[in-house]
Amino acid sequence: MKILVPVKRVVDHNVKIRVKTDGSGVDLANAKMSMNPFDEIAVEQAVRMKEAGEATEVVVVSVGPAQAQEVLRTALAMGADRAILILADGRVEPLSVAKILQRVAQAEGAGMVILGKQAIDDDCNQTGQMLAALLGWSQATFASKIEMEGAHALVTREIDGGLQQIRVTLPAVVTADLRLNEPRYASLPNIMKAKKKPLVQQTPEDLGLPIAPRLTVLRVEEPVARASGIKVGSVAELLDKLKTEAAVI
Amino acid sequence: MAILLFADHDNASLSEHSARALGAALQIGPEVDILIAGQGACAAADAAAALAGVRRVLLAEADPLAERMAEPTAALIVQLAVDYDTILAPATSSGKNVLPRVAALLDVMQISEVTQIVAPDTFKRPIYAGNAIEVVQSTDALRVLTIRSASFAPAATGDGAAPVVAVDPAAAPALSSFGQNLLSVSDRPDLSSARIVVSGGRALGSKQRFEAVINPLADKLGAAVGASRAAVDAGYAANDHQVGQTGKVVAPDLYIACGISGAIQHLAGMKDSRIIVAINSDGEAPIFQVADYGIVGDIFDIVPQMERAL
Ligand SMILES: Cc1cc2nc3c(=O)[nH]c(=O)nc-3n(C[C@H](O)[C@H](O)[C@H](O)COP(=O)(O)OP(=O)(O)OC[C@H]3O[C@@H](n4cnc5c(N)ncnc54)[C@H](O)[C@@H]3O)c2cc1C
Ligand SMILES: Cc1cc2nc3c(=O)[nH]c(=O)nc-3n(C[C@H](O)[C@H](O)[C@H](O)COP(=O)(O)OP(=O)(O)OC[C@H]3O[C@@H](n4cnc5c(N)ncnc54)[C@H](O)[C@@H]3O)c2cc1C
Repeated sequence: MKILVPVKRVVDHNVKIRVKTDGSGVDLANAKMSMNPFDEIAVEQAVRMKEAGEATEVVVVSVGPAQAQEVLRTALAMGADRAILILADGRVEPLSVAKILQRVAQAEGAGMVILGKQAIDDDCNQTGQMLAALLGWSQATFASKIEMEGAHALVTREIDGGLQQIRVTLPAVVTADLRLNEPRYASLPNIMKAKKKPLVQQTPEDLGLPIAPRLTVLRVEEPVARASGIKVGSVAELLDKLKTEAAVI
Repeated sequence: MAILLFADHDNASLSEHSARALGAALQIGPEVDILIAGQGACAAADAAAALAGVRRVLLAEADPLAERMAEPTAALIVQLAVDYDTILAPATSSGKNVLPRVAALLDVMQISEVTQIVAPDTFKRPIYAGNAIEVVQSTDALRVLTIRSASFAPAATGDGAAPVVAVDPAAAPALSSFGQNLLSVSDRPDLSSARIVVSGGRALGSKQRFEAVINPLADKLGAAVGASRAAVDAGYAANDHQVGQTGKVVAPDLYIACGISGAIQHLAGMKDSRIIVAINSDGEAPIFQVADYGIVGDIFDIVPQMERAL
């Protein structure tokens, strides 16, 4: 079984982003960019499944600018076999990403696609579900465990009240939650080896897919700031404030 | 045209998220139908019909819908979609699982985690862990939205006037099957709708200490228990207790953060709380920047003191 893992280049999770003063977007100039943390988990899962003999090949794919090669190289260093970069500058909405991934999954004959459950920049939490719909495949979102059972996979999902186990028929789309695994750090020799692994570039047009956004971003605003609070000196003072000033207890 | 709300429920009862999503729907337009997809879900349908402002409740019952698995549920919503120009759901694990699948089947770009309705086609939503707010306008003829329920007041419970109409779900291919739910059982209020939340972080140090320090205060206050990711990863608290960008988003009247540093990913899940209290031994911890009241001190000393003084 071939596993396809889509990985997104996003602003690093340690960066505190700023809204541009003209409201046109978020200032990412010179910000450190990294692989979306959930996608590291997805790559790790696929590589472990290959190591366990459950998968034959791990292919990673990213839709983004030329610099997205860096996150693909990181995925290759973690153990993926080859990479595909679909070059697209500017905004690419999840629906367009899902349409691109649909073509790639079909062309590759993937048996499973493992995505992150959400990207930490747009926080959409959509792409995997959309991809499953377009492919007509089963979906298992927010996975914290994947066990292979022949033509099926038993997936434990994180849901609001706890966990849920479902059985999906392959091929299937799975999205990774935080507790699925702890991703490895790529070792220096593996980083060197990754430089020689194949990475091909395509454009959405090569796949016959123009990508026109459906949403117009009118503006991006600063969130409403909280009024600054006070430090209190004792538990008695705190409880008094909560009772009389804030009236919450 | 009309609005279809895919409700969050467990067949026996309707979750509060559904009433809050109805509050959002009624800001878009007056004609709101609530879809109850399930099995043996009359009780949930009756609860939906009792909400003020509902036009009709559509009750679709079938075995594959009992747990609202994504594939048959999305197929059902697509089957109903022609009559609506907005389809929405609260951004619960069920809504987040099903609606993007619906959106793709209808070739619509979904708008996730809406926190404010600006106009029927224009919405505000947080991006970058709530560090920026995007104002987006949809150019699609049909709009698919998930609603961040903490941002909307629940619609009132009226006197049960809306009719409940049965709909027949078309057969959908059985691509996946339900195994079992392993739900946390607790007598405490539900984390995402509790009026008070007491949360613990990495500083608690162990599951035993988390339970010995956080739980008594929560119980005294009738509060739900939350946790940072660090506390969940270390096994001090269950996964579904995680508050934050990638856990639950809560906005209680009172949020008490105990031994939590205040990383942006945690703040994303609680900074819209009405009153925030922070207890941390490091006076420079970022959590104090969002706290209305802070105490610099040792949680193992302060938290039990609070519990005793209440
Ligand atoms: C260079 C660039 C700049 C952008 N600037 C903006 C902007 O300023 N404002 C704005 O609103 N949008 C912008 N976008 C678009 C935004 O990134 C899309 O909305 C995004 O591709 C999908 O949303 P998401 O990542 O939140 O999806 P989610 O559904 O949260 O993503 C879930 C998973 O889908 C997969 N995935 C998602 N996107 C990709 C991808 N591109 N390649 C491979 N796998 C992927 C990953 O596995 C990911 O974990 C930009 C995109 C690019 C490439
Ligand atoms: C992709 C991604 C998603 C994430 N999602 C989330 C999320 O949803 N929710 C979330 O919470 N985090 C999330 N995180 C993690 C987040 O970045 C932080 O690592 C995490 O919130 C830290 O948890 P903490 O505050 O408990 O621990 P720490 O940051 O270690 O803070 C512990 C605090 O306790 C204080 N302390 C220590 N001892 C005592 C004592 N005896 N008395 C009082 N105070 C004491 C310390 O001063 C410190 O401030 C995410 C990270 C990533 C990369």
